[in-house]
Amino acid sequence: MSNIVRTSLVMFLGLTIVTGVAYPIVVTGIGQTLFPEQVNGSLIKKDGKVMGSALIGQHFSDAKYFWGRPSATSPYPNNPAASSGSNLGPLNPALSEAVNARVKAQQTAADTRNPVPVDLVTTSGSGLDPEISPAAALYQVDRVAKARHLDSEVVKALVTKHVVGRQWGILGEQRVNVLQLNLALDEMSHT
Amino acid sequence: MFTDGFIQVGLYMLVLLLLTKPTGQLIYKVMETRCLQDHAWLGAPERLIYRLSGVDPKSEMGWKSYAVALLLFNVIGVFFVFMLQLWQAWLPLNPEQLASATWDSAFNTAVSFVTNTNWQGYGGETTMSYFTQMTGLAVQNFVSAATGIAVVIALIRGFARSNTDRIGNFWVDLTRCTLYLLVPISLVLATIFMQQGVIQNFSPYVDARTVESTQYEVAVEGSDTPEQATTQTQHIAMGPVASQEAIKMLGTNGGGFFNVNSAHPFENPTPLTNFIQMLAIFLIPAGLCYAFGMMVGDRRQGWAIFAAMAILFVVMAGVTIRSELIGNPLLASAGAETASSLEQAGGNMEGKETRFGVVTSALFATITTAASCGAVNAMHDSFTPIGGMIPMWLMQLGEVVFGGVGSGLYTMLTYAVIAVFVAGLMIGRTPEYQGKKIEVFEMKMSALIILVTPLLVLLGTAISLIVQPGLAGIANPGAHGLSEILYAYSSAANNNGSAFAGLSANTPFYNLMLATAMWFGRFGIIVPVLAIAGSLAAKKRIAPGLGTLPTHGPLFIGLLIGAVILVGALTYIPALALGPGIEHLMLFSQQH
Repeated sequence: MSNIVRTSLVMFLGLTIVTGVAYPIVVTGIGQTLFPEQVNGSLIKKDGKVMGSALIGQHFSDAKYFWGRPSATSPYPNNPAASSGSNLGPLNPALSEAVNARVKAQQTAADTRNPVPVDLVTTSGSGLDPEISPAAALYQVDRVAKARHLDSEVVKALVTKHVVGRQWGILGEQRVNVLQLNLALDEMSHT
Repeated sequence: MFTDGFIQVGLYMLVLLLLTKPTGQLIYKVMETRCLQDHAWLGAPERLIYRLSGVDPKSEMGWKSYAVALLLFNVIGVFFVFMLQLWQAWLPLNPEQLASATWDSAFNTAVSFVTNTNWQGYGGETTMSYFTQMTGLAVQNFVSAATGIAVVIALIRGFARSNTDRIGNFWVDLTRCTLYLLVPISLVLATIFMQQGVIQNFSPYVDARTVESTQYEVAVEGSDTPEQATTQTQHIAMGPVASQEAIKMLGTNGGGFFNVNSAHPFENPTPLTNFIQMLAIFLIPAGLCYAFGMMVGDRRQGWAIFAAMAILFVVMAGVTIRSELIGNPLLASAGAETASSLEQAGGNMEGKETRFGVVTSALFATITTAASCGAVNAMHDSFTPIGGMIPMWLMQLGEVVFGGVGSGLYTMLTYAVIAVFVAGLMIGRTPEYQGKKIEVFEMKMSALIILVTPLLVLLGTAISLIVQPGLAGIANPGAHGLSEILYAYSSAANNNGSAFAGLSANTPFYNLMLATAMWFGRFGIIVPVLAIAGSLAAKKRIAPGLGTLPTHGPLFIGLLIGAVILVGALTYIPALALGPGIEHLMLFSQQH
């Protein structure tokens, strides 16, 4: 009996060293050598300071910026130290109320009564979604242009430039990275 | 509107079909031949492990010794993962200085990862140090997957062999599966993931200065009015994610590095990683069908099982995708534009990511619950009632639609035994499957296997619905609250791990109840499966006669699907009617 206990223990330790130590170290070595940008978080830096990550959404509420997906993280939205969805069920009154309030906010800011693209008024799964649909970006073009005293067509052209198509033409959905779009806007306004 | 659904499911099934044969051949080669072990340097680690642990790879075990070795190994796993979490605060690679887990949470997590469930009552980035994730949780992702594969290979040997009491050597099956199957494929997957943007580092969390500052409210103790606060910093979670992500999908484990699992942009950054993650879930379960055909010496037998699984899967995926595309009528009446157009995917986007949209989110949800994976790329709690019911029902069917690595096929083969038994009753012949007579002992064990999980699911749900600590966990009002609890036990007892995550399950009550469901849902099935393997191996193989039901044709495929659906429907429809059923009727009667 003691024989099988010893076998089990040594087996367990052996496989732990292979899969829990050697394997992740090898993967880290491959990643840090071949893809240092990606494996360290696709960080966006300006003057050596980290401005955020291309993959992590930020919270925007100023009229001059495009707004991203609503976020259910706590204590504040888009908190990348504690990802979370809302987990509200489809019939939960809290969901309808929240969506209603976000619709009103978008419509007031855009000064229109048009229905708002659904991704702009529903929380993302991660609470960190960096992207919105092209429809959601186009909905905000007039508002952003007005707040920046820019021509709508100029802003629209910038949005179109930032639309990422389906991967390989077939996978996933079209989308616009909100942080990168807003940084490009700031860049454009500076020059 | 639904065209994209057809395209995505079609593309996915096509690629899966292409990968099935090579994967099956690889599994066969690794598990049933010695070509790798005898290789000069590829076989060196395997031989070293045997030498140190005192295993004689040539000596095979009877089913009881096999079961004892397996259980002992898994008990050690629980103990180790449990202690790692309790000592976490004093162990290395913990840059955020995360505290040690509470005993009930640590116990739940330990059982969860050992049983290939990966139910998570905790949020990864706020609870687990890199050390715990890497040397505790990820290790179990490998060895629990290998355990499942070992069991199904042992069961297939029962069919393939005759007049022997030996079904293989657990240590050899475990080691080979880990070293030659899981680790190499994980390395490839992890490399692709990193190229696409999955992180892999040991850095402390990174502080970013955001473009805009964010105002938020903080609750103040003893006061009703919250305090205003402002921040312009994002504290971005880091860690060795890619290495864990690969085996999390390949081993149908599903335990996310982060709280939101594969919805997190660092775990699943692009549609391509999403597609590969979905493929990785079904890769080994599909390959095992082919390996089964090879081992019993008739590939059509494997394809028949594959066909039954594929038919069930495509139908289920279709229903889920359709339901999510139609979406939630209440969102539209609140002023949201939910119709799909050239510029947006539309549908029920609550709890979903823009890059995946509704179609691939619904497809992912179907795959992860058809298999025993449980990774999620969208929040199932916010799915439409029918969109959430199908994943729940797929788990309740016993996860036989491809299913978990190993567990999917061994449970499906149990259903095959039941199907030939029912057919045998109808024509008055002794049932046989793969040349083995199915007799009283096999039927007793099969009945036990299909009864264990419903018992755990329905009893657990019932208890939680009548005691205060059970009801306290519910997050959503009405019928959805029942669904949250039913989903939790369906997920735990079937070793899935996904959740209607609104349920506050990190309490001593749920941690212990669900740990019990996970443990018996795993080993309460594995032990009878091994018993069947032992009993079958001892029988002689008989040549098919006139009265033998062919088990490779459409008739058998239909019978097998019938057996799965019948058992699943009879057991769970009453409970499902009270949860998603009522919710669906209420949702669509509220339409204006």
